[in-house]
Amino acid sequence: MTLGRRVARGFGGVARGSGPAILALLATVAAQAQQVTFDRILHADREPQNWLTYSGSLFSHRHSLLTQITPSNVKNLELQWVFQTRGPAEPVEKFEATPLVVDGVMYTVLAPNHVVALDAATGRMFWMYSPRLSPLARVCCGRINRGLAILGDTLFMGTIDGHLIAIDAKVGRPVWDVALSKPELGYSLTVAPLVIKDKVLVGPAGGEYGIRGFIAAFDAKTGKEVWRFNTVPGPGEVGHETWPPNSDAWEHGGGSIWVTGSYDPDLNLVYFGTGNPGPDWNADPRPGDNLYTDSVVALNADTGQLKWHYQFTPHDEFDYDSTQVPVLADIQWQGRPRKVMLWANRNGFWYALDRASGEFLRGKPFVRVNWAEGIDDKGMPKRVLNATPEGTLVYPNNQGATNWYSPSYSPRTGFFYIPTWMDTSSTYTKGPAEYKAGNQYTGRFPTMPVPPLRTGPGNVNTRTPQEGWGAIQAFDAKSGELRWQFKMSDVTDSGVLSTASDLVFAGGREGYFFALDARTGELLWKGNIGGQVSAGPMSYAVNGRQHVAIAAGSALFVYALRQ
Amino acid sequence: MTRALALLLLAAALAAPQEHSYTQADIEHGARLYQSSCAGCHGPNGDMVPGIELHRGQFRRATNDTEIMRIIQSGIPGTTMPPSSFSDAQAGAIVAYLRTAAPASGPGREGVSVARGDAAKGKSLYDGKGQCGSCHRVNGEGPRLAPDLSDVGTVRPASELRQKLVDPDALVRPGNRFVDAVTKSGAKISGRLLNHDTFTVQLLDSNERLVSLSKSDLKEFTFVKSSPMPSYRDKLSAGELDDVVAYLVSLKGFRP
Ligand code: HEC
Ligand code: HEC
Repeated sequence: MTLGRRVARGFGGVARGSGPAILALLATVAAQAQQVTFDRILHADREPQNWLTYSGSLFSHRHSLLTQITPSNVKNLELQWVFQTRGPAEPVEKFEATPLVVDGVMYTVLAPNHVVALDAATGRMFWMYSPRLSPLARVCCGRINRGLAILGDTLFMGTIDGHLIAIDAKVGRPVWDVALSKPELGYSLTVAPLVIKDKVLVGPAGGEYGIRGFIAAFDAKTGKEVWRFNTVPGPGEVGHETWPPNSDAWEHGGGSIWVTGSYDPDLNLVYFGTGNPGPDWNADPRPGDNLYTDSVVALNADTGQLKWHYQFTPHDEFDYDSTQVPVLADIQWQGRPRKVMLWANRNGFWYALDRASGEFLRGKPFVRVNWAEGIDDKGMPKRVLNATPEGTLVYPNNQGATNWYSPSYSPRTGFFYIPTWMDTSSTYTKGPAEYKAGNQYTGRFPTMPVPPLRTGPGNVNTRTPQEGWGAIQAFDAKSGELRWQFKMSDVTDSGVLSTASDLVFAGGREGYFFALDARTGELLWKGNIGGQVSAGPMSYAVNGRQHVAIAAGSALFVYALRQ
Repeated sequence: MTRALALLLLAAALAAPQEHSYTQADIEHGARLYQSSCAGCHGPNGDMVPGIELHRGQFRRATNDTEIMRIIQSGIPGTTMPPSSFSDAQAGAIVAYLRTAAPASGPGREGVSVARGDAAKGKSLYDGKGQCGSCHRVNGEGPRLAPDLSDVGTVRPASELRQKLVDPDALVRPGNRFVDAVTKSGAKISGRLLNHDTFTVQLLDSNERLVSLSKSDLKEFTFVKSSPMPSYRDKLSAGELDDVVAYLVSLKGFRP
């Protein structure tokens, strides 16, 4: 820890200074500075002071093993530092990134694509890197970014104009830069990349622009594409039969990628959730199940070959992207240990799947749902509603029961923590949808009482509970039972962090950041940080002190115990 | 009930947000808003952004008036089309202007009707028989608990204003909701809800005080179901309602 701090300062000195003393320091630094090997990422539990990948570990638990902050002392949390971004210049842009922390240095991304390296103890900046972005970039829901990946001493960032850039983590300069496709066609990268072995995995957002989605792996050293899995299979590929014959619907079929996946090293499988089919709200051009949209796909990490898939919402008309973080848990399932995957889906159901075989184990509603009357034994939703020209009232709403907001799993409590939009509905009215390159390809936008995005200044809520509210919900992964619910007057776009001292951290649109008892849901501490929380909290330690970081509004807030 | 009033009521009942009944004043107001807030990018004739001709009803995304209003209010994230703080009625007025400026046969174009009534007579009814001023405030005069109507002509189209007068429980805007709170010690506090969250409530109470309460100190916290405003269904004739509506439509904002 202290070593990490000295390394960081050492580099500050090197950048400015010269002379033999500095050269000697440089030599020690080079010997001591540790590269972030894939082995370190794989065993992130051995260094809980760091946060080396989007969800904290490749099992994506968003669970910190640090225990300095506890249910009894959390009331002594104190703000340590704030990193302000550019203020209200881009009022609609949300701060969605989860920072990485490596040996005392924090790396994060300010919307849309400004990368910063900060001293994790003080918030002082080492460097900022802002790539030049194409003005042609098109994004449905904000010029945002969810974070970085790191391998060796290289950071990786996707850009809203569809590039993947490798950045030198020491000095903030680009190492390589590849274009995945054309920004004017609506392909953009908002996902935090996933590093597996020597590769960097990403895929494009753009489900509202008639893109054809894919997951691609790039050589971390060179940026060369190694493999690609098309989330919408082309002619001759398995799954193509779920698209209409003699039609080019599949070419604009969506299946975007915009939330980071997970990895199981024993199975060598990488898991990603896929986005909605296009057009979103008028399914007429695409009769069929529309694989692999709204699905989870399990791919061989070396080749990109599909091992299995499970489709949560076949033939979706309600924009129920399955772009959630796949949470991998090893639990007792009906008396024997099983490798499962927990998944709280935008469509209102939460699932347990066998992650070796893809077998459906359980699917239960976690909010009010009326579009399906449950899930049958084979894992098919029993659908009862469709979009109509007159309008259909559907629960949950278009933004979903949950969305990209990271859930958390605590192996200690065995609870699965889900940020939830409760009692929300949308009216879906079938309208025309015609593909024109670069234009939105969606059908008619549904109406809803809760705004899908934060609009306008301030956070005023005069809505009644019937118009929707928010909650952090804790479900027992084994039994599927609801254990507790922390209710909020407004909905939440915040992720959840659990810790090994049985705390849960989360926030909401109201601008609170709070700590709950992981076993009971009891509120233990809260701070008003005055801006919508749209990111996942994370925890790290520097100088022997545990910190908790959360982005809200257009700033990053960092807490630790009062000294 | 007179036949004319019955017809009016029928019209009001049919007035879904998709229906467009604009006054000439709405259209003029929309034109002013357009010139000041939109023409810089879209051009005076609405044709400067490639692929979009606002005045001719040629859009890349919007398929109906409600969507245009939504775009005006929320902007298009990821593009230079900015969000705005325009109210529904202001956005509606811009749409009214765009639709009336369009040639007669634009796609998605729907009929536009113009309201009648005498605003001056309406003002006397507001002050006199209607006693509206006992609750409302206009241009700095009157109490503050009920909504300030100084700019209600830009906030609501004529059809909605008429409906509010005969059926106050309809179309209550979220910002005009009333709540009743009872503290644990038994004190009753009522007022207009300004904001609330998981832990706190902010309101303007019946004595026009800004009050912030902790929900944990409250025994009860309820939304008042019906509007505190009386219905003028049986109190004003159809012609009088027209006049009051014309007066309200003429209220376009007040800057001291
Ligand atoms: C800063 C420049 C700017 C301003 C100011 C602006 N717009 Fe726009 N607007 C744009 C651009 C650029 C687009 C196209 C966005 C895209 O699709 O890439 C657009 C798109 C639109 C659309 C969508 C059209 C379609 O194809 O469906 C509407 C409607 C619109 N603007 C209306 C307005 C109105 C009304 C105002 C004033 C209240 C306004 N805009 C102000 C730049 C602007
Ligand atoms: C007893 C008090 C009271 C009287 C008298 C009264 N109102 Fe209201 N009015 C209210 C309250 C409270 C509201 C807010 C709740 C609602 O929207 O119904 C309101 C709402 C309105 C609205 C809707 C405002 C908006 O922003 O949506 C209009 C228009 C209106 N009143 C006009 C009138 C007119 C015109 C009169 C007289 C003919 C009148 N009111 C008489 C209390 C009153």
